[in-house]
Amino acid sequence: MIFDPFVLPFTIGLLILFFIVFYKFGGWIRKFSSEDKSNLKKALFSKNLFVACKEIFYESLLHRKIFRVNPKLGYMHMSLAFGWFLLIVVGNIETRIHSGREINGPFYPIFFKFFEHNRSTIPFSNFFVFLMDLLLLFVMTGVVLAIFKRFYSKFFGMKSTTKLKIGDKFALYSLWFIFPLRYLAESLSSAVYNTGGFFTGTTGDILGSFLPAADIYYYFWWAYSLALGVFFVSLPFSRYMHIPTEVVLIFIRNAGVVASKQYNTLSEIEVNACPRCGICIDKCQLNTSLDNKKIQPAYFLRDVRFNQVKEEIATDCMLCGRCEEYCPVGIKLNNIRVAKRKDFAVDYIDNYKYLPPDEVAKADVIYFAGCMTHLTPSIKHSMTKILDTAKVSYWFMDEDGSVCCGRPLMMNGKDKMAAELIENNKRKILASGAKIFVTSCPICLKVFGEEYNLGIRVMHHSQYLLQLVKENKLKLNLTDNNIVYHDPCELGRGAGIYEEPRELIKRFNNLVSNEFEKENALCCGGSLGNTKMSHDQRNIIAKDVVLQLTSDNPDILATACPLCKKSFTYKSSVKVMDIAEIVANSISQTEPEKIISRKEALMNA
Amino acid sequence: MNKKVVVIGGGIAGMESSAHLAALGYEVTLLEKTDKLGGHLLNWEKLFPTMRMGKEVVTFLNEGVEKGKVNVIYNAEILNTKEIMNGFSITLNNNIVLESDAILVTTGYDLFDASKKEEYGFGIYDNVITSAELEEKFMKGEKITTSDGKIPKRIGFVHCVGSRDEKVGNTYCSKVCCVTAVKQSIEIKEHLPETDVYCFYMDLRMYGMHFEALYRESQEKWGVNFVRGRLSEACENMDGSILVKVEDTLAGKPMKMSVDLLVLMVGFEPSLGTKKVGKILNLQFGVNRFFKTQDQHTLTNVSNVKGIFFAGSCTGPKTITNTITDARAAASTIANYLSGHDIHNRIMTSDIKATV
Repeated sequence: MIFDPFVLPFTIGLLILFFIVFYKFGGWIRKFSSEDKSNLKKALFSKNLFVACKEIFYESLLHRKIFRVNPKLGYMHMSLAFGWFLLIVVGNIETRIHSGREINGPFYPIFFKFFEHNRSTIPFSNFFVFLMDLLLLFVMTGVVLAIFKRFYSKFFGMKSTTKLKIGDKFALYSLWFIFPLRYLAESLSSAVYNTGGFFTGTTGDILGSFLPAADIYYYFWWAYSLALGVFFVSLPFSRYMHIPTEVVLIFIRNAGVVASKQYNTLSEIEVNACPRCGICIDKCQLNTSLDNKKIQPAYFLRDVRFNQVKEEIATDCMLCGRCEEYCPVGIKLNNIRVAKRKDFAVDYIDNYKYLPPDEVAKADVIYFAGCMTHLTPSIKHSMTKILDTAKVSYWFMDEDGSVCCGRPLMMNGKDKMAAELIENNKRKILASGAKIFVTSCPICLKVFGEEYNLGIRVMHHSQYLLQLVKENKLKLNLTDNNIVYHDPCELGRGAGIYEEPRELIKRFNNLVSNEFEKENALCCGGSLGNTKMSHDQRNIIAKDVVLQLTSDNPDILATACPLCKKSFTYKSSVKVMDIAEIVANSISQTEPEKIISRKEALMNA
Repeated sequence: MNKKVVVIGGGIAGMESSAHLAALGYEVTLLEKTDKLGGHLLNWEKLFPTMRMGKEVVTFLNEGVEKGKVNVIYNAEILNTKEIMNGFSITLNNNIVLESDAILVTTGYDLFDASKKEEYGFGIYDNVITSAELEEKFMKGEKITTSDGKIPKRIGFVHCVGSRDEKVGNTYCSKVCCVTAVKQSIEIKEHLPETDVYCFYMDLRMYGMHFEALYRESQEKWGVNFVRGRLSEACENMDGSILVKVEDTLAGKPMKMSVDLLVLMVGFEPSLGTKKVGKILNLQFGVNRFFKTQDQHTLTNVSNVKGIFFAGSCTGPKTITNTITDARAAASTIANYLSGHDIHNRIMTSDIKATV
C-alpha cells in the first residue's frame, strides 16, 4: 500500500467534503415535491441528462457566460475550473496506466509525483509529464489572475470585487495556496528525482541550485495536502459551495423543475449556486450611479443563504433585471428577492369597498391606460386619437381612473391584497367580450399577461400599433427625426418585446442605435420595485441614463413606458416621447373622411 | 481713473445695483440679453401685497439707471472671460471687449416648465394654464375665459408646481407663489365675482409684511377657498373642464372636483443664463442649482471667485422687495472690495474660523 502520513489532511478533508455535500444534496432532493421528484427520476434516464452534461461542461467548466460578459474574468474562472478538472482527469489516467489498477487511493494521483519517481513503465511518459506541467501552468495563470483581481479589480474592467465572509476567507486563501504549493512541491521533488517537465523541472533545477531540495521537499507536500484539506472542509461553508451546487442546479433545471414565486427548494439551490463572481455588482445601476455596493445579488443571496436577510437590503432594488440578464449561473434573482420580501410584508385584506362598481362596455378591444399613464396624459390622449383614427371598436376601461393591476402590491410581497384587485379587473375584462386587451404600461402588460389567465390576447400598445400599421388601418407620415429608443425594463427584459417598438419607429423615422439597448438597456430610475430610494437618487440615475442615451444628439428620446417617460422628462434636454405620441403625431392628415373623435361622438349622442 | 464694474443681467437686481454702483462713483456697464431692461417684472401687472402697478417699479428702476449714466449694452451675450491684472476682460458677441475691476452676476431665474409635471396636463388640456399666463391676461386686459370663451364658474389654483417637489428635483420653496396665488385669486374675484376660486396648497407661507393680511382678506372679503392637499393628477372631462384629484388632508379624504380653469403656480428655477454664465465664470452652484454664496449669513453676495459678486434670484428665489435690498447690498459689498477690503476672506479672519 502506497501511503505517507502527509496525505491525511487531504484525504480527511475530502471525506468530510463528500459527507457534507451529499448530506446537503440529499436534504434538498427530499424537500422537492413528488412531482418534481418524478421529473428528476425521469431525467436521469433521458436525453435531458446529456443536455445537462453539455451545459455543465460549458458553464461549470468553461464558464462560457462569464466569457461573454467579461473575457478576462471568464479566462480566470475557466483556467481554475477546467484546468483543475483536466489535471484530475489526466492525472487519473496517468496513474491508472502506471499502476495497472482500476482503483487507486484517492490521494495517489494527486500526489503521484511524490510517490513515483520512475516513470519508465508509462507509455508516452514524456507526453504526460509535459501535459501535466502545461495544465499546472494553465491553472497557475488563473490563480495569479485571481490574486491580482482581489487587489486590483479594475484590471478586469470591474469596479468592485465581492467582500468576504470568514468561511470564504479560509476557502479563498487555501485555494490561492493549493497550486503554488503543488508547483513548489513538484519542482523540489524534481530537483531531487528529476521527475519534472518544462515547468516544474526547470523551476526545480533553479530552486535546487540554492536550496537543499532533498531536505525540504517533503514539507511542501505536507503543506500542499494541508491546503487541499482546509479548502475541502471550508468549501461547503463558503461561496465555493457553488461548484458542486451549480452542477446539480443545471441538472435539476434540465429535468424541468421551474422556479415559482415562493421561496422553495429550487431557490435554495440557486442561492447556493451563486459563485459571488461580482458581475451583478458591476451591472447594477445602484452601484454605478449611486455607489451603493451593499444590496446586489452577490450579497443579497449570501444573506439569504445564511438567514441574515435585512429588509432594507431586500427592498433596495429596482428589480430592473440587469443582474439577472448577465448572471452566469442564470439564477432567477428577481424571483428570489420578491419572494424574500414576503417575509417582511404585512399582508392584510383591506376594505376594498372603494373599488368602483362594475361598469362594462361591449367592445372588440379593451384599452387600459394604467395608473402611470394617467400621470402622463399625453400618452392616453395619443392612444385615443389613434384608436379613433383607426376606427377600432374599443372600450377605454380605466378612463375615469384605474383600478391598479396589482403589481406594486405583489412586488412588495402583498399577494392577498393584489388578488382582490386582480379579481375585480378580471371580472370586468371578461364581461366586455373583448378579444384583445391593449395597455400602455409595460408593468400592466406583464401582470395582465401573466397573472390574470384572461384567455384573450394581452398586448402592449407598441405591438398593437404596429399591427394597426401593418393592417393598413393607420397611415403615417414619414419624418426625418433621429430617434433613440429606450427599452423599458418590464417590456424588454421583462416581456422580451424588443423588436416591435423598433419596427414601428423604423417604419417612418430614423432609428438610432445605442450601446445600452435591448438586453443591456438601463433602468430609468423610476422603478416601483424599489421602496427605499429617494427621489434625488432616482434623479441621479435618470440623469446618467439620459446622458448615455442621448450621446449622439438624437431629436427624440423615445420610450414605451409612462414611468420611463416621466423619469427622463425631468432630466433630459432632448424631447422625451412615448412611442404612442410619436405615432399620433405622424398620423397622416390627408385622410379623406373626417374623423369623428369619440369625444365628439359622445357629446352628440 | 474710475474703477469699472460690469453687471450681468438687466432685471431688477441688475438695474438697482447698477444705479447704486454708479452713485458710488464707479463706471458701470450693464449687460442685458434682450432689448429691454426690467426682466420678469415687465410681465407682471400688479404686485403683491399692495396691488401697486409693476410698471411703477420699472419706472423707479429705470430712473436709477438713467441718472447714474449706466452704460447699458442690449442684446449682449458673453462669449468668454479672462482674468487680467486685478480684474477681468470680458468678450461679448459683436466682438466688444470690456475690462472690469469687478463683476456682478444678476442672471436671475426662469419659471418652471409646467409641462414637465405632465400629470397636471399643461400643454395637453386647453384649460390648464400657468400663473404667468394668467398674469399676461391681466396685463393685456383680456377677459378671463375658458378655452372656448365661456366665463369659468370655478377656477382652481395649484400651489407648489415645480417647487418643494422631490420628484422634479426641486426641493426648495419658491417663496413668491403662495402670495401670488392669493393676489391672483383676489383679482379673479374682482373681475368675476360669481366665480368660485379654490386654492390647493401644501402649506401657505405668508411670511412677508402684509402677506398674512392679504391672505385673510382673500377669505373674508373675497371668499376664496383654500384646500390643504397636493394634487395627484388632473384630467379632462368631456366638456373640456378639468377634473382634479386631490386629498383634502384636513378632512382626511380623497376628493375629486371639476374646475373650468386650472392655474398652475409655477416656481423658480435657475435661469439658462445663470447656468451659462456660471460655467463661463467658473462659479460654484449650490445643492439647489442656484449660485452658492460663500456664507449663508454673512457673505450673501460673495462668490467663490475673487472679484465676482451676486445679487438677486440667481442665488435663490426672492421677492421683488428682497431683490432690491439684495442689489443694494451687493453694490456696497463691491464698493467694500474695490476700496481694498479683503471681503472674500473676511469670515476666515473672524472668530468663526477658530471654531471651524
